Amino acid sequence: MYQYNDADQTLVNERVAQFRGQTERYLKGEIGEDEFRTLRLMNGLYVQIHAPMLRIAIPYGLLSSPQLRMLAHVSRKYDKSYAHITTRQNIQLNWPELKNVPDILADLASVQMHAIQTSGNCLRNTTSDPLAGVCLDEIEDPRPYCEIIRQWTTLHPEFAYLPRKFKIAVSGSEHDRAATQLHDIGLYLVKNDAGETGFRVLVGGGLGRTPIIGKVIKPFLEKQHLLSYLEAILRVYNLKGRRDNKYKARIKILVRESGIEQMRKWVEAEWQQTKADMQISEQRFADMQAHFTAPPYQVLAEPDNQFIADKVQNSSFNTWINLNTEAHKISGYRIVHISLKAPDAPPGDITDKQLDAVADLADQYSFGEIRSSHRQNLVLADVKQTDLFSLWQKLVKLSLATPNIGTATDMICCPGLDFCALANAGSIGIAKEINEALDDLDYIHDIGELKINMSGCMNGCAHQSVGHIGILGVDKKGVEWYQITLGGSSENNAAIGKRLGPAVAKNQITQAVCQILDVYIKQRQDDEIFLDTVHRIGVTPFKTAVY
Amino acid sequence: MKIIKDKKIVDDNWSHLADDEAISQGDITVSLSRWKDEKSSLRDHAGKIGIRLAPADHLEDIADDLANFQLIGLEFPAFTDGRSFSHARLLRSRYQYEDEIRAMGHYMADQVFYLARVGVNAFQLENTAELEVALSTINDFSVQYQASTN
Repeated sequence: MYQYNDADQTLVNERVAQFRGQTERYLKGEIGEDEFRTLRLMNGLYVQIHAPMLRIAIPYGLLSSPQLRMLAHVSRKYDKSYAHITTRQNIQLNWPELKNVPDILADLASVQMHAIQTSGNCLRNTTSDPLAGVCLDEIEDPRPYCEIIRQWTTLHPEFAYLPRKFKIAVSGSEHDRAATQLHDIGLYLVKNDAGETGFRVLVGGGLGRTPIIGKVIKPFLEKQHLLSYLEAILRVYNLKGRRDNKYKARIKILVRESGIEQMRKWVEAEWQQTKADMQISEQRFADMQAHFTAPPYQVLAEPDNQFIADKVQNSSFNTWINLNTEAHKISGYRIVHISLKAPDAPPGDITDKQLDAVADLADQYSFGEIRSSHRQNLVLADVKQTDLFSLWQKLVKLSLATPNIGTATDMICCPGLDFCALANAGSIGIAKEINEALDDLDYIHDIGELKINMSGCMNGCAHQSVGHIGILGVDKKGVEWYQITLGGSSENNAAIGKRLGPAVAKNQITQAVCQILDVYIKQRQDDEIFLDTVHRIGVTPFKTAVY
Repeated sequence: MKIIKDKKIVDDNWSHLADDEAISQGDITVSLSRWKDEKSSLRDHAGKIGIRLAPADHLEDIADDLANFQLIGLEFPAFTDGRSFSHARLLRSRYQYEDEIRAMGHYMADQVFYLARVGVNAFQLENTAELEVALSTINDFSVQYQASTN
């Protein structure tokens, strides 16, 4: 993975010093409340219901074991010994004290981490495929491009005060695992007829109150023009994006109001002025790719008889292999998903002890690297098949082996009313209730692939509008209600879910989910997954069952 | 009053005239709309002439007149309005404007580093007590990832 050079390290150190100074001036009353709010947000610091919340960047979801140990350390020393993985592959602390934040950032800087631009109306962390570099369907490894974008976005002086936040995702594989079409800019690595690498560029996607799927602004962008084209989009947005209404300030609204054709004309006109001077050299790409070379894989014989025997003899292990691991591009290795969706834990949460233990497991089994995923789980990307049984046994002891990846209980869930100042309704409690209702693993496995996303308010942090089943908490006169949508997707077939009907009461939401699943079980054909059944029969049969 | 110019705290004698204010002697700035209306007479002004741009103004409107201005003031109605950052950058890189670009109005001392990076070389602060802090922030970072216009 990318290792900081002296300049990278100096930058994060200087950022810590800058924020330390700003915090001291604020605490002395020398910086106003509004001003400090903006400054702290660009250092990842929100103020929530109970305490500040610090969002720490995990660039494109890639972590080393020392970084994971440092996260364990800061959660223990400054917080309540746990952290929360977000849908944009970042990690959050829910209880730090403002006065300690400069020290937390200094600790993070010691392992090449930071919280720069993880919130605020600026360029956010670039996200990507958690399976980059190891999946079977990869066109090209997106991580070198992500790092080039990370550096370009970091402390970009022109684009720090945008109309609204701005998120970029990069996907390098056939199967989109990065919700690319739901980003302000989505980049798909593609090859042209001559076999040259470039990007299909989408603009104007986004979730929140007005979920919109991004539109193609450039079908093929030569890779050397990546930064000049991004800059052209950002400059058009910075100058023309709406600033009169924060709910209409995202680039998706500019694209919708102007039309993609007009947007393309503006961006092309801007780009023609800068593209010649901002080209990325082959040498720069090669230098960056050298940071993401394959680890020293062993040549392993397949099939492995012990592995086959363990699967036959231990059905729990076999189930975990089927659901929580997947094929690796190197023979004899598998990709292991670490489920952070144990039935009795808030979705996406991980304790300090688990963080430390996963760091040790990564060192022992997966070249010391860990990835965080859009669906709020972790990944050990390079595990030898012969190690899977012992790894599984250790994960079971850590409550990190719930065999539910991609199933009904692998829910995306925001912190909700319990933690978040914006939320209208609880989400973690509902997730627990649904988990309890679906406590039969065989039933969950029978239902198969299903993405339930649940947010506690319209801001949609848990991407409910693109869940196969989306649940949105709303407040009606001080009472929590839940709207249900069906048929959303954040993958290649990206779609916004359709409303099932009026919101249901808190004490009916779990029952409604069960009724929806019953309709699927009765109506599905062959090995059709839930989403395909919804597309085939429409929402009416589900509506009839629930209302 | 005191401002920061070219990384030094210096005295400043420019007058920034409101649209209904009589043209005074000495160095003056006017708004874009006043410039458009009174261009021909302002060109005969004995002192230096500068123009003040609001975030919503378009650089294309002054592209042909830039040689008239010894100062371009970028006015911040709110520190969160980032359009002037692009204006400064374009004035330096695309329009090759080399005289003073001054940040004016409601912005933070903590934005001076980025403003300097996009080509602003003068800073007039609402609160002159913050001049020293603002000056020090120009050196907040010794490294950067993007090409610079300062």
